[in-house]
Amino acid sequence: MKIKIARYMSKTKETALEYEVDLSDVTLLEVLNEIKTKQDATLSYSSGCRSSICGSCSMRVNDREVLACAYKVQDGDFIEPMKNSAVIRDLVVDMDRAYEFNAKAKAWQNSIKKGLNLSEENQTINELQSDCILCGSCYSVCPVYAVNDEFLGPFALTRVWRYVSDKRENEPQSKIDTIQTNGVWDCTLCNECTLVCPQGISSKADIEKLRMRSMASGHSDPSFATSFQGASFDGSPSF
Amino acid sequence: MRSDVLIIGAGGAGLVAAINAHSQGAKVRVITKEYPTRSQTCMAQGGINAALGNASEDSVEAHIQNTLKSAHGIANEEAVRLLCQRAPEAVEWLDSIGVCFSRTKDAKIAQRTLGGASAPRACYAKDYTGLKILHTLYDRCNALGIEILSERYLLNLVTQKSISSDVYIGGATFLNIRSGEVETYEAASVIVATGGYSRVYDSHSTNSTSSTGDGLATAIRAGARLSDMEFIQFHPTALKNSSILISESARGAGGYLLNSKGERFTNELAPRDEVARAINEEIQKGEDVFLDIRHLGEEFIDRELPQERKLAKLYENVDPVYELVPIKPVAHYTMGGIEVDENSSTKIKGLFAVGECANHKIHGANRLGGNSLLELVVFGGQVGINAAKYAKTFDKVIDASEQTQRDKNFVAEVKESTNQIDFYEKRTLIGNIFYNNVGISRDEMGLKEALDAIYKIQKELPFMGVKDRSKTYNTNLVEFIEFVNMLELCENVLVCAISRCESRGAHYRSDIPKQNDIAYKAHTITYREDGVLCVNFVE
Ligand SMILES: Cc1cc2nc3c(=O)[nH]c(=O)nc-3n(C[C@H](O)[C@H](O)[C@H](O)COP(=O)(O)OP(=O)(O)OC[C@H]3O[C@@H](n4cnc5c(N)ncnc54)[C@H](O)[C@@H]3O)c2cc1C
Ligand code: SF4
Ligand code: SF4
Ligand code: FES
Repeated sequence: MKIKIARYMSKTKETALEYEVDLSDVTLLEVLNEIKTKQDATLSYSSGCRSSICGSCSMRVNDREVLACAYKVQDGDFIEPMKNSAVIRDLVVDMDRAYEFNAKAKAWQNSIKKGLNLSEENQTINELQSDCILCGSCYSVCPVYAVNDEFLGPFALTRVWRYVSDKRENEPQSKIDTIQTNGVWDCTLCNECTLVCPQGISSKADIEKLRMRSMASGHSDPSFATSFQGASFDGSPSF
Repeated sequence: MRSDVLIIGAGGAGLVAAINAHSQGAKVRVITKEYPTRSQTCMAQGGINAALGNASEDSVEAHIQNTLKSAHGIANEEAVRLLCQRAPEAVEWLDSIGVCFSRTKDAKIAQRTLGGASAPRACYAKDYTGLKILHTLYDRCNALGIEILSERYLLNLVTQKSISSDVYIGGATFLNIRSGEVETYEAASVIVATGGYSRVYDSHSTNSTSSTGDGLATAIRAGARLSDMEFIQFHPTALKNSSILISESARGAGGYLLNSKGERFTNELAPRDEVARAINEEIQKGEDVFLDIRHLGEEFIDRELPQERKLAKLYENVDPVYELVPIKPVAHYTMGGIEVDENSSTKIKGLFAVGECANHKIHGANRLGGNSLLELVVFGGQVGINAAKYAKTFDKVIDASEQTQRDKNFVAEVKESTNQIDFYEKRTLIGNIFYNNVGISRDEMGLKEALDAIYKIQKELPFMGVKDRSKTYNTNLVEFIEFVNMLELCENVLVCAISRCESRGAHYRSDIPKQNDIAYKAHTITYREDGVLCVNFVE
């Protein structure tokens, strides 16, 4: 089986190298390990758990975000690093800036909540969102970064929804206020993030819920606010 | 670049320590070789123990007794009491910061039974317990503005000698993986929270590839002591081909173990050492062993064990709803660690250790499922506070220049190595030798053979090195240094295993199958003196 891997040294793409491995029905991570330890020790990539839970090994295969440890390799596959983050080397990108959006979006519970009595219903409401493994696939696929590199982005907003929807959060309003600029209204609702998420999370759907909460708490879509006159806007939300 | 408290490792232990040190007003810096959320803690599935009695009657005393029993006589009862008493509070704290624990119909935290527990005691979040705990801790650190530096690899601890000639800590040196530069971070106190060393078994381990025991190797090089290194827990049910874990909760929920004839052959809920041995015996007889959860039904499996189903399908091509899952026992948890006292402090002043890399003497010869996550929270809290307090009184000088220079030279030398012998091949070889000779069942001859092999490979080290000579993100270099650290630990494990001429918990000697309390109801301690590895037994 032959695969092609884009090789980068810092931001410049040097070349794409072809490797041949004698393995079948294996994950991409197994193939990369085989290449690294037996053929080419200079190949760089990240991995950890090898079981789709640590989020280290996200990369792109034939233009699609995957976890290398969960993707079964096909002959002729073309492997590249994720987009929207600076490439450090080969398949490794710098996720620092992306992760910082968690802090910028204040994706946490504002204060510690004592004496809890969460019902099963309260708990399941954000169970899916808290399955996020921070693999960054959604971030890589999101088209908004081409025009706005300050966009808080899909995983950070999913995290915000996780906390906003949680009964333990005392100040959901302040969380909603934080995500008005470069946040919920900048998303194009293209749904790409949903399609690549290995955990079945839809950031798009979470962003829509956050929009609804924003409207309910007095915020409005800034693009409507400016293009209001003369448009066929009838005051009802467009979704 | 000085901080009050430097925490090395950003798994559950490191992050809990960071939050607690911060609460004391200390300037905290956390450094990890990965990103915080990629730490192995995310892999924990089964749960975290606390005698809450939410599912059926339970008591702290029962938790203590179960833990002591599983430890086979060499746990420190006081430490175990502290662990179990603080457990309800620990889980309550996790709940209060937003961990999404699964709930019961009556709004309590759900609990399930793991092996060796007399009651359903493990609090869980589906089978994503570790993931949800780790990520919530990370979010908490963000909320507090705690500095976390990623992709920096610990090379060595910086130790200093005071006039009264006691050794104290001054920080640590790191390889910045991205830039390839050696960096030095000074600190008044240092907490090592770098996780376990199960990857010495290479692919025969459930662990993340990062569990290479760097912190332990660094600590013994700096003059700290390691203890109980021979006790390595094998998890009974890893997927046969990939060694990926199928959680104990599958058996806790009523899963069976079957041999090729379809017969059950052991009590599935016995402690891990017993179950692993029973499986091993079947395999020795030529049987294949399977986990059977088909009778639990699709709805239950999808609700309670979704990750298990996904992993079995992906890595073994079987769907556990309809098929048997082929399994084998592999190395899973290392009870041994950096020796610490009741304050989580090592022999070196200002150096603390916590989590899987430390030995608080609570697991003894065999850890109970669900007690490790608990340990991270209880002792992570304690160590954070102690390290911050120590840092406040710190008034000595730090001069890290000598250590920094030594490490710069080391990195440069590795890059110039002749590289006649491939270390990846040796890494696989050691993993196989360890699985066969230092595994579930051991004997003197096999252990000595393994030690000979390790000595031989140590001698070959100067002929190994890296093929990749570049500076930027050189994982070949990182993996080589990990390999050097693992070699150090292999020697430690073997010297301890050879010295312990008895069977106890996870250390089973087929040549001496009896437990001998007169001679060995004690902890093995290893340390280096003038480069020579010494081993002692202490109560
Ligand atoms: C598959 C699996 C399932 C498990 N299930 C359970 C369970 O259900 N219940 C339970 O109680 N326990 C469970 N355990 C055990 C438990 O998860 C671990 O013991 C625990 O998470 C260890 O936490 P830690 O913080 O000590 O280390 P880790 O989470 O391993 O973190 C170590 C940190 O140190 C960093 N580090 C390591 N070396 C260096 C270096 N050289 N330089 C810089 N940084 C470094 C790493 O990057 C990482 O951030 C499980 C373990 C596994 C593997
Ligand atoms: S739906 Fe929104 S967040 Fe998701 S990829 Fe599209 S623009 Fe980005
Ligand atoms: S939301 Fe999904 S795709 Fe995005 S980081 Fe989380 S797990 Fe990855
Ligand atoms: S290695 Fe952890 S997600 Fe792939």
